[in-house]
Amino acid sequence: MSSWPILSVVTFLPLLGVLFILLMRGEDETALRNIRWGALWTTIVTFLISLFIWAGFDNNATEFQFREHANWLGGAATYRMGVDGISMPFVILTTFLMPICILASWHVTKRVKEYMIAFLVLETLMIGVFCALDMVLFYLFFEAGLIPMFLIIGIWGGPRRVYASFKFFLYTLLGSVLMLLAIIYMYWTSGTTDIAVLLANPAFTPEAQKWLWLAFFASFAVKMPMWPVHTWLPDAHVEAPTAGSVILAAILLKMGGYGFLRFSLPMFPDASVYFQSFVYTLSIIAIIYTSLVALMQEDMKKLIAYSSVAHMGFVTMGIFSLNRQGIDGAMFQMISHGLVSGALFLCVGVIYDRMHTREIAAYGGLVSRMPLYAFTFMVFTMANVGLPGTSGFVGEFLSMMGAFKSNTWVAFFAAFGVILSAAYALWLYRRVVFGKLEKTTLMHLPDMTPRELMTLAPLIVLTIFFGVYPAPILDIFGASVESLIKPLNEAAAAAQALALASLK
Amino acid sequence: MWLLEQADAVAALPEILLAVLSLVLLMYGVFRKGDASDGVTIGALIALGLAALLVIGGGEGKALAFHGAFVVDTFARLMKVLALFGSAVAIALSVHFMRRDGSQRFEYPILILLATVGMMMMISANNLIALYMGLELQSLSLYVLAAINRDSARASEAGLKYFVLGALSSGMLLYGSSLVYGFTGSTAFPQIAESLTAHGAGVGLVFGLVFIIAGLAFKISAVPFHMWTPDVYEGAPTPVTAFFAAAPKVAAMALLIRVMVSAFGNVVPDWQQILIFVAIASMALGSFAAIGQNNIKRLLAYSSIGNMGYALVGLAAGTPEGVQGTVVYMMIYMIMTLGTFACVLAMRRRGHMVEEISDLAGLARNNKGLAFVFAMLMFSLAGIPPLAGFFGKYFVFLAAVKSGLYLLSVIGVVTSVIGAYYYLRIVKIIYFDEPAERFDAMDGEVRLVAYASGAFTVLFVLFANPLIELAAQAAKSLY
Repeated sequence: MSSWPILSVVTFLPLLGVLFILLMRGEDETALRNIRWGALWTTIVTFLISLFIWAGFDNNATEFQFREHANWLGGAATYRMGVDGISMPFVILTTFLMPICILASWHVTKRVKEYMIAFLVLETLMIGVFCALDMVLFYLFFEAGLIPMFLIIGIWGGPRRVYASFKFFLYTLLGSVLMLLAIIYMYWTSGTTDIAVLLANPAFTPEAQKWLWLAFFASFAVKMPMWPVHTWLPDAHVEAPTAGSVILAAILLKMGGYGFLRFSLPMFPDASVYFQSFVYTLSIIAIIYTSLVALMQEDMKKLIAYSSVAHMGFVTMGIFSLNRQGIDGAMFQMISHGLVSGALFLCVGVIYDRMHTREIAAYGGLVSRMPLYAFTFMVFTMANVGLPGTSGFVGEFLSMMGAFKSNTWVAFFAAFGVILSAAYALWLYRRVVFGKLEKTTLMHLPDMTPRELMTLAPLIVLTIFFGVYPAPILDIFGASVESLIKPLNEAAAAAQALALASLK
Repeated sequence: MWLLEQADAVAALPEILLAVLSLVLLMYGVFRKGDASDGVTIGALIALGLAALLVIGGGEGKALAFHGAFVVDTFARLMKVLALFGSAVAIALSVHFMRRDGSQRFEYPILILLATVGMMMMISANNLIALYMGLELQSLSLYVLAAINRDSARASEAGLKYFVLGALSSGMLLYGSSLVYGFTGSTAFPQIAESLTAHGAGVGLVFGLVFIIAGLAFKISAVPFHMWTPDVYEGAPTPVTAFFAAAPKVAAMALLIRVMVSAFGNVVPDWQQILIFVAIASMALGSFAAIGQNNIKRLLAYSSIGNMGYALVGLAAGTPEGVQGTVVYMMIYMIMTLGTFACVLAMRRRGHMVEEISDLAGLARNNKGLAFVFAMLMFSLAGIPPLAGFFGKYFVFLAAVKSGLYLLSVIGVVTSVIGAYYYLRIVKIIYFDEPAERFDAMDGEVRLVAYASGAFTVLFVLFANPLIELAAQAAKSLY
């Protein structure tokens, strides 16, 4: 389509920013300012260029677009890039959130240079994950992201940062290495690591599919994270600096869902049908159990982290409903959760910067001192609950609809999650924002600064806009999802025929 | 040249040159009045360079010498260049160290040269006797090198331990060789292979095979023949440890590959099971035992044990892909190891070496460049993409999965996660902890090696293909 390699440009542009920052010498105010502005401009320019991808994107095409191809490791792996309706929204989401993260980190004073470099490198790796069309290349980006994130949590994190960073790294690594073996196996059976070819012609025997599915599941379930391998997430979230939490919740978690949609479903359709009820079970437990856990949290970030796990439960449920509504819902939920959870962590960051505590009990009655903040926080609390009119509603509704279509009981239990999410989110909001302003420490809190407002305003607009008018996003992945579920329907039909035959 | 042709030794020209030059340098060192170590060091580096040029310029294809006892092919050329490179870097790393230590001796570079001659003979050995000769020449030089700092009790202990255990392993190797000779009627690899094709492998031969593998496993410090490694690594002076960890490992691994493929290539299942066991044991021990270490050199000793396990995963596959994987792995391993030891050599405070990993605390504040290189090397050793170490692991597991060794592969990747823990611990100490006292300024050569190795590790992803192709050709030349 376009003649210049736009995906590679968008992917590697942040590295140029890294180069610029590396050239900055000194530790004085000017140097720090240059570093911050350099990082901000890099991410803004990356975002603007990435909009060209959206502009040039053909919503009706089911094949990959903006494809690039270059020789890399001979036969064993090739440099291939390209996006379709499933990956493109995540690219934009990533580039969109990065400037916000940089802005949110404006007051970081500890080792600013390394901080900005880590984030820019992370941006390259995250975009790469969504653009890669070669399994080895995908793995490379997928895993490499651990290094900057490990450093971000470990250097700029809270008191238990070492524990959290190790847990994050080792958990995710353990999940991923099994996926690497599965990728190798697929290479030897199919003779290629080209994702597009494998999608078009996923010829693995049902027996092999089960093992491959499990290997990929190990990686994506940890990343997602699904119950019971979610325990790294609350730790990582709590200890990470604000921008780190935002990236973690908004984008890194989405890699799991993206992986299911990119690999597990289309490449192992029989296994996906086979394991459907297994995933349903885990999703339901995640939705109900982690919501209950969230209710009991005393740390704001931890509460939001558990609510993320619950919301990801909706996503896995939607994905494995294996029908159009469910997958549409899951996709939308992921995008929406990217905006909302990112914004919630930013909201926590706003008051954390003032009070240096995340204890819910330390707050109360903020509304009388910080009305603007109270409004912002309310919008995102409502979106988190899934109030109609916010983007959170669309995703939850669609994924429950998909689940209902395939299994009413699953949808029945998932509905409890909606109720519980209202309980913990509203209760959090009440405890922090409403009530009497009694604590003397809170008496002189200033309201949000223009910079903080600037980081949150675009998120408010988008959350409400997509809640009222979700079509622009739904249209992007409509065609891709449609082509994704075709082999799944065949596999489901085959499984049903087999079950019927065995009954006779 | 005429003389060489008469002696059927043309293909061995680089080895002969290196041997002659090392003797010349020995004469120079002995007869020159005053300290000759600088001159000998420079001479040794030149000799290694010349030998490398001869190896590279030695033409294509396969050449034999000494009536088939000595073979030169693409595989041998590649591994020899690696060994020569490793030796040269090890000599370079020692210059300032030895001078500061007051232990500079002109014998040191010469011993490394002799060890290198031994390594080159090992790599080219095509006969059990040639194999033994090369191995002994290398080992005897290494025993002395381990104890070169003779005033240090630790170094002497290391040397003695190494010698006693090394002699034991040589004995096992010899015993195995004699069994193989007895049951096949030949010491030449091609004849052994022929005999195996004709008669198959009997119990006696398998016994011989086990003993040979045991002897060679000792040299690459694979479990269960690894016991000497931590003590020797810790006891020997650091540049010597850097040397031990790099070039001799490459040579011994090359030797193991050649014996297995060219002599016993027809009885793959017989040695495959042994190598699978050795690989699993090495990977597991390497990852678990390193967790409790506080001395960086001991930690790296266990790390190298684990790394040998991964390299063996490729060979255990018993296919050209497997050999390719092992060659790629050794190539990357050697460069990472040299870089890591350069970083260890930079750990010096007020003129004294410090070796506890806690001494690295907060290095990222005091010396950003060194900290970055060290951290990247650790991530790379842990096998995290896009660093070089990942590709080494990728290619060995590629081969293992193709050969259907699923259990080995799964154990391998799981132990790599366990191993990642202690590499991460070092990164944690470097980046997360509060800074301790600064290190002294780095010596020029140490800085060069560390940074070059760091650059290789980070940028390998960009120029991986030519090196991997090279390894593929090397593997093909064995089959």
